[in-house]
Amino acid sequence: MKILVAIKRVVDHNVRIRVRPDGTGVETQGVRMSMNPFCKHAVEAAVQLGDAGHADEIVVVSVGPKAANDVILTALAMGAHRGILVETDAELETLAVAKLLAKIVAEENPDIVLLGKQAVDDDSNHVGQMLAALTGRPQATFASEIKVVGQGLEVTREIDTGRETIAIPLPAIVTADLRLNTPRNAALPMVMKARSKPLAVRPAAEFSVDLAPRLQVEKISPPAERVAGKTVGSVSDLAAFIAGEVSQMEAL
Amino acid sequence: MSVLLVADHDLGQLSPATARIVHAAAQLGPIDLLVIGENGDKIAEQAAKLAGVHKVLLAQELSFTDSDLALLETLAQRYQYVIQSAGSVGRDRIPALAARLDLMPVTDVIEILGPNRFVRPIYAGNALQTITDPQAKHILTIRASAFPAAKSDNTAPIETLGDTTASVARLIATHRTEGDTPDLATAQIVVGGGIALGSAENFQLVEKLAKKLGAAIGATRAAVDAGYAPNDWQVGQTGKIIAPDLYIAIGISGALQHLAGIQGAKRIVAINNDPEAPLVKLADAALIGDLFEIVPQLIDELDKAGVSR
Repeated sequence: MKILVAIKRVVDHNVRIRVRPDGTGVETQGVRMSMNPFCKHAVEAAVQLGDAGHADEIVVVSVGPKAANDVILTALAMGAHRGILVETDAELETLAVAKLLAKIVAEENPDIVLLGKQAVDDDSNHVGQMLAALTGRPQATFASEIKVVGQGLEVTREIDTGRETIAIPLPAIVTADLRLNTPRNAALPMVMKARSKPLAVRPAAEFSVDLAPRLQVEKISPPAERVAGKTVGSVSDLAAFIAGEVSQMEAL
Repeated sequence: MSVLLVADHDLGQLSPATARIVHAAAQLGPIDLLVIGENGDKIAEQAAKLAGVHKVLLAQELSFTDSDLALLETLAQRYQYVIQSAGSVGRDRIPALAARLDLMPVTDVIEILGPNRFVRPIYAGNALQTITDPQAKHILTIRASAFPAAKSDNTAPIETLGDTTASVARLIATHRTEGDTPDLATAQIVVGGGIALGSAENFQLVEKLAKKLGAAIGATRAAVDAGYAPNDWQVGQTGKIIAPDLYIAIGISGALQHLAGIQGAKRIVAINNDPEAPLVKLADAALIGDLFEIVPQLIDELDKAGVSR
């Protein structure tokens, strides 16, 4: 089988972001960037499926600026075989990203496409589902376990009421949740080796996809600040505070 | 302007989130509320009572991503809006529907500023995006926790839809979290526990206080990863978003991704041994000390004060 993993370069999830005062966005200049955490789980899942003998080739693709080569190299160091950068400096909407990925899927024809369930910058949680819709492949989102069974997959999904396991035929699209696995840190020899693996850079313009944004972002603003913390001195005071809040609720 | 709103339901009951989404969407136009489910009659009856609902559409079929999408794609032609709550079903279906219709969806809406202007959080709620959607049709998910519930004083007609579609997916098993605690996303009080609880056994302390207060139970990602609490209790950027009147955080320091899930809480109580913890800094009432001493005493004190719900 062949697995395609789509990954995104984002502001590192440990960075406390700063909203630009002019409302144009979040400051990304001079900020530490890394692979979106959910994408790491998707890469790890692909490598583990490969280790279990279910994948002959793992291809990673990222849509983004030249610098996104970094996260492709990370994925190659984790064990993927080859990379594709669909290069663009524009901030694309999820629908445009999904359309570009659909073109890659048409070229590569993978049996499984793995993605992170959401990117921690725009928190959209769209691309996997959109790609499934555009390619007509079944989807299993928010996966916490993936098993290859016969000609299909059994995927356990994290949902609002707990978990559910569904069976879907291949080829299919799966998006990774956090408890799917523990992503590996690539050892130094693998990082060195990653640099010799094939990495194709292709301009987004060559895919003849309409990349123009559909939505207009008026502004990006910081959330309302909460008032500073107050402490109480004893358990009785805390109980009184809670009792007061509860009685107000009942009055409503 | 007409709205097609997809209802959420569970175990044959309309989910409490739906009343909130109906309230939010009512300002956009008359709502046709779609119930997709086998034996959905009772759910449809509950749905018909919600104020703002013009009619209920009932599709008596198993709800699966692909079969739901086929139905929604057909129905969407007649509406200006297609909306579902930002729960796990809406998050699964709505982006796929949008792509099928070649539309860009606006998801996790927390404020409706006008017919096509919406506010949604990004970066785990550390920034807010104000969006104008100039497209002919608007495909949205809305966060239930950001809106009050619609009243139940309506008697909308129920129309049953014919022709069902089969899914290529099969449900093999469900693993539900047993219990009778209130729905986390819409609860008035939530008691949450963190990794400091130390074990699944100790986590019962959180559950005991929650029971006392008739509260829903939440957990941090670390506590869920450690196996102290089931995944559907996780609160945060990647778990559930809550907006209770009162949130009691026990042994939770307040990682960025957890804070993302509790920003809508009106009052926050923190019990923590670290006075510098981010959540302590946000709390309306924080008590610094050993949670294993404080929580049992707190339950006693609440007993004495006659607090019980």
